[in-house]
Amino acid sequence: MIEFINVSKWYGSHRVLHDVNGRVERGEVVVICGPSGSGKSTLIRTVNRLESINNGQIIVGETDVNDRKKSVNRLRSGIGFVFQQFNLFPHLSAKDNVALAPITVRGLKKGEAYDRALELLDKVGLKSKADAFPGQLSGGQQQRVAIARALAMNPPVMLFDEPTSALDPEMVGEVLQVMKQLASDGMTMICVTHEMGFARDVANRVWFIADGEVLESTTPSEFFATPRHPRAQKFVADIRAH
Amino acid sequence: MTEILSQYGLLLLVGQFPDGPIGGLALTLLMSVAALLLAFPVAVAVAIARTSPIPAIRRAAAFYVTAVRGIPLLLIIFWAFFVLPLVTGVTSSPEITVICALVVYEGAYLGEAIRAALEALPKGQTDASRSLGMSYTATLRKVILPQALFNCLPSMMNQFVLIVKNTSLAYIIGAQEVTFSANSINAQLLTRPFEVYFILAAIYFILCYSLSRLSRVVENRVLRKRSRVTNQPITETPSLARVPS
Repeated sequence: MIEFINVSKWYGSHRVLHDVNGRVERGEVVVICGPSGSGKSTLIRTVNRLESINNGQIIVGETDVNDRKKSVNRLRSGIGFVFQQFNLFPHLSAKDNVALAPITVRGLKKGEAYDRALELLDKVGLKSKADAFPGQLSGGQQQRVAIARALAMNPPVMLFDEPTSALDPEMVGEVLQVMKQLASDGMTMICVTHEMGFARDVANRVWFIADGEVLESTTPSEFFATPRHPRAQKFVADIRAH
Repeated sequence: MTEILSQYGLLLLVGQFPDGPIGGLALTLLMSVAALLLAFPVAVAVAIARTSPIPAIRRAAAFYVTAVRGIPLLLIIFWAFFVLPLVTGVTSSPEITVICALVVYEGAYLGEAIRAALEALPKGQTDASRSLGMSYTATLRKVILPQALFNCLPSMMNQFVLIVKNTSLAYIIGAQEVTFSANSINAQLLTRPFEVYFILAAIYFILCYSLSRLSRVVENRVLRKRSRVTNQPITETPSLARVPS
């Protein structure tokens, strides 16, 4: 479904991604973890070309992400992206946030788009907040609206870039719950996250990244029980310490 | 002052109309509204060009803004009045000339105000919109501009007020707007410049003050709808001043 082939990226002389290779199969959930500044966010942002790459290839479905002949808008409309800072549109109600892209990009009729928006808001447990503006919602609620907004384009793939890192602790659960539901519905997902409980319960594989390199790609149980690379061992030990 | 108003009030309001061309306050308003309506889209275009992903467009817009900013408005009006007819062979009325000059001038200033608001929006807004598959244009139209234009309402209002006041320069090339009317009244009365120009000042003040009131009403209405911020009037004591020392 998603394939990274020798992906490298530099900022000037600083290499942020270093020959990243990996595959995510259809229906798989991959959790990317690693110390901060290791290139996790950069890597996930290359999948829908929010970041360009200097070398290698990224394939999503049948499409080469960096093929300049292919429409980047079409590619992106098939990849749901959830941000750390939610990035809801503050001038639009929850319902309008969700319905905007289907109306603008897919040309859906308004009635149809709003029906679908309400359905999705119901799915994330926020049907009653359909007319609320982002400023009236808590962080957890905003992030759930953001997930509904990403789902509105019916993407076969969902990317999560630290979706719970900006949340107050008591709101993390409600967002993870929605993500778990998605995973059990068979959604293909890549999640950059520090929620190791989520990784253990939901992920099929864990990729450990440090200094732009994928040092470990294994099952969650193996990753937490017997990390092989020294950096991964230290990372797991640091998490345990809490 | 009341006798001046009762004797010359009509001249101040509509000029020679209906015996002659429309003038006075009515012409000031007409010119202001026309300049405002035309300058606004120009300014939005300038702001978009200034932030364009295409360097050539960015440079061209930057050149325009820098050039206009370095020239007094009066000079632009003179140019439009004396030079343009020489070049194009078409003479236009002083009113049209001033409107064009104001659009050129305010397009640059208003454009910069809008550009600042465009650039002040969090980058995440563009990211979110583009990641949904929305094009550059759709992102501008549906996500960026509605927010940026609302956010820069106060600085836009500044420029709108300047447009209204700057229409007074039109009297220099013979447009018979309200300053022109006041001038001719003063020329007839000769001895009462203070009263005459006080009336003129009051007219401009009322006009500009209502504009800023209007903008505050719009601003508060939108904010109340989003109930993002309490709709306290801006005239309240700044919070810093309220802290007991």
